[in-house]
Amino acid sequence: MRTTTASSTPTIVIAGNPNTGKSTVFNQLTGGRAKIGNYPGITVERSSGRIILPGGRMATIEDSPGTYSLASRSNEELLALESIAGIDPMPRADLVIVTVDASQLSRNLYLVLQIVELRVPVIVALNMTDTLLESGQQIDVDCLQRELGVPVVPMMARRGRGLGDLVRVIDQVLQTPAMALPGWRWEPSPGPLMDDIHDVAAVVPDSWHQGCEDRRRSLALWALLSADAEHHLAGVPQALLQQATQRRQSAETAGRDLDREIIEGRYRWIDSCVSRCLQEDPRRVSMTDRVDRVLLHPGLGLALFVLMMTVVFQALFTGADPIIGLIEEGVARVGQAAGAALGPGLFGEFVVNGVIDGVGAFVVFLPQILMLFLFIGLMEDSGYMARVAVLMDRVMKSMGLHGRAFVPMLSGFACAVPAIMATRTMERRRDRLLTMMALPLMTCSARLPVYGLLIAAMVPPSQEGGFAQGLLMAFMYLFGTAMALIVAWVMSKTMLRGSYIPLVIEMPPYRLPHWPSVSRMVMRRVSDFMKTAGTIILIGSIIIWALLTFPRDTALQAPFEQRQQQIERQLESASSPELRSPLEDQLDALQRERASAMTRQSYAGRLGHAIEPLIEPLGFDWKIGVGIISAFAAREVFVSTMGVVFGVGEDVDEESEDLRSKIWADKWPDGRRVFTPLVCLSLMVFFALACQCMSTLAVVRRETGGWGWPAFMFGYMTILAWAASFLVFQTGRLFGFA
Amino acid sequence: MTSLDQLQEGATATLISVDGQPTLRRRLMEMGLLPGTPLQLIRRLDLGGVLELEVRRSRLSLRHAEAMHLHVAAT
Repeated sequence: MRTTTASSTPTIVIAGNPNTGKSTVFNQLTGGRAKIGNYPGITVERSSGRIILPGGRMATIEDSPGTYSLASRSNEELLALESIAGIDPMPRADLVIVTVDASQLSRNLYLVLQIVELRVPVIVALNMTDTLLESGQQIDVDCLQRELGVPVVPMMARRGRGLGDLVRVIDQVLQTPAMALPGWRWEPSPGPLMDDIHDVAAVVPDSWHQGCEDRRRSLALWALLSADAEHHLAGVPQALLQQATQRRQSAETAGRDLDREIIEGRYRWIDSCVSRCLQEDPRRVSMTDRVDRVLLHPGLGLALFVLMMTVVFQALFTGADPIIGLIEEGVARVGQAAGAALGPGLFGEFVVNGVIDGVGAFVVFLPQILMLFLFIGLMEDSGYMARVAVLMDRVMKSMGLHGRAFVPMLSGFACAVPAIMATRTMERRRDRLLTMMALPLMTCSARLPVYGLLIAAMVPPSQEGGFAQGLLMAFMYLFGTAMALIVAWVMSKTMLRGSYIPLVIEMPPYRLPHWPSVSRMVMRRVSDFMKTAGTIILIGSIIIWALLTFPRDTALQAPFEQRQQQIERQLESASSPELRSPLEDQLDALQRERASAMTRQSYAGRLGHAIEPLIEPLGFDWKIGVGIISAFAAREVFVSTMGVVFGVGEDVDEESEDLRSKIWADKWPDGRRVFTPLVCLSLMVFFALACQCMSTLAVVRRETGGWGWPAFMFGYMTILAWAASFLVFQTGRLFGFA
Repeated sequence: MTSLDQLQEGATATLISVDGQPTLRRRLMEMGLLPGTPLQLIRRLDLGGVLELEVRRSRLSLRHAEAMHLHVAAT
């Protein structure tokens, strides 16, 4: 047992079952000032913060993943043991606070017992005591404290009650750890199980037990429950797992049920403890029951679910539009002001079109991220999210996806960026990865302008789009969704197979959302996005700007300069507005022509020419190639790039008649039209499947912690897009639609 | 004795035994589903293919396939 000296900063770990208010207690103790990082080598979020104790002493508080048991079947579950027991590389805790849902005492005590066995000082934060009365229960806190042998602090963390007591007890325990170190509560009686424990305890490494006998035995017990031939636990000594597996096998041969002996032993102790300290009235119908009768009703519940999801979707899809519009307008104004201040020249262009537009490119995501996480926060915090996972389990499971993947997938219709961030609601890395990889195939709103332009380009400019055009748009949605689900299914059967995880979900009682927690979570996501993905998006925007701007061919610009000066001189001498206006139009046209010529000879233009042989089998010429390259900044940029390339100017949208007629008239050198309906379709299929979005890649990098997965995503989507477009174009040609 | 997925909505029962794949079995037992434990089937969420039950004051949902491994005696 390590003693804490006054000079060192003690470490406190907060543990607990899911939905017991663990993060609320954590946030209140740290005053909401938490540092967010990752666990070493794994992208599971880890929060830590500081607390000032009554004597003025500081302590570090670490959060740990919510869990029902320390027994681990995966590396993610192993984190709970490592942080609570303080196994290398995690710091050894001086104190563990276990948050307990008072209304579900016995199941929560199962975790408490395991932590007590590790011989680390424990305080039980008996939370949610307000729900006790409602559920007809009464807990004798003194009795519980006596039975467990550790301090028990009744709390209502959401209302801030009990917090002062908790801080006081923390201070006491840090000074006198012995008051929270009762030793093993449940002790197997001498016999075969005790022999198993001793046998496995012999191979528990020194760095794990740190010379403490209780700890050594408890880790042996842990290994006996966790060892499994199928599961690989990284960081656990092989000898320990082998010994435990061997003991399990020989127990099985002897007809014993080791799991039951251990788990039942603990629960028997818990049941007798609870019977002394808890009084129960006959069950009453709780608020949760009444709500669930409606929300989980076969008909009505489903209708309400559809309604709620529609609201979420609409809010993301259209509700965010006005705010996005305001942001875009604001960015444009800042750009204009900066442009005016800096004057013409390369530096001004860099600031306006590179930096300011680049910042705009990621700020524009904020409204949707904010809204989505607000909804997710409300659904998680109220307890509804667990129900969504259950309601959607069958559908999502048939595609290999987790029930909780539903909300991220749905959000993908609005934008993949917040949707990928939302995959965090899933615990398993495999589930998150699978959802992330399939998600960008959902038809996001940035594809709409591209589809709009191309669908309109299928009929002559004089003609209005009809029913068939609407149908085609609907088909593109269906196509994207189907491809996303197929890809998810294929990956779940191959590279992301993952072991079958039984669905044993707790349906937490409904609670009113706790605003401070929800808003804190939302703000954390937003700032996280700005800091990590934002930087990548900004750099990417600057690179794409440079590709479209350089090299600045002065020989090419000279004739434009001359003609511009000519017109300007004429303008000066022109007196009447009737004379000026045609000249001004000429000047505008000249500038558009110049931009077009500049883009054509830029690196992006050359790149477009260079990839032409690659995309020609899809029916695309080099101009489309430039569009595809520039669309990497964001898909809708394709439209404005086409505007520039065709000399219509960059301020066009997909409904521009001018652009439509230019596109309609565009021809290959041999006189064939470029944008035939077949090419438009092929290009739409390409945009449906290709990963034309650096922001998506930037968030995937952020969420997976490396460039490997984003590289894979870009690769598979590009190949898929190319192959599908090839198929569409070549099959179409065979049938004579050239 | 019957398996949990055969129970009617609202029926109460006592758990007799848990079988099935060791990981699932361990997890169920750790969540308090031990032989002798009383439980109640709250509702069937057939659309999700899931059963909701109450055990030790908490509400758990299980897939039909998993509920088959819980053998109960109706009370």
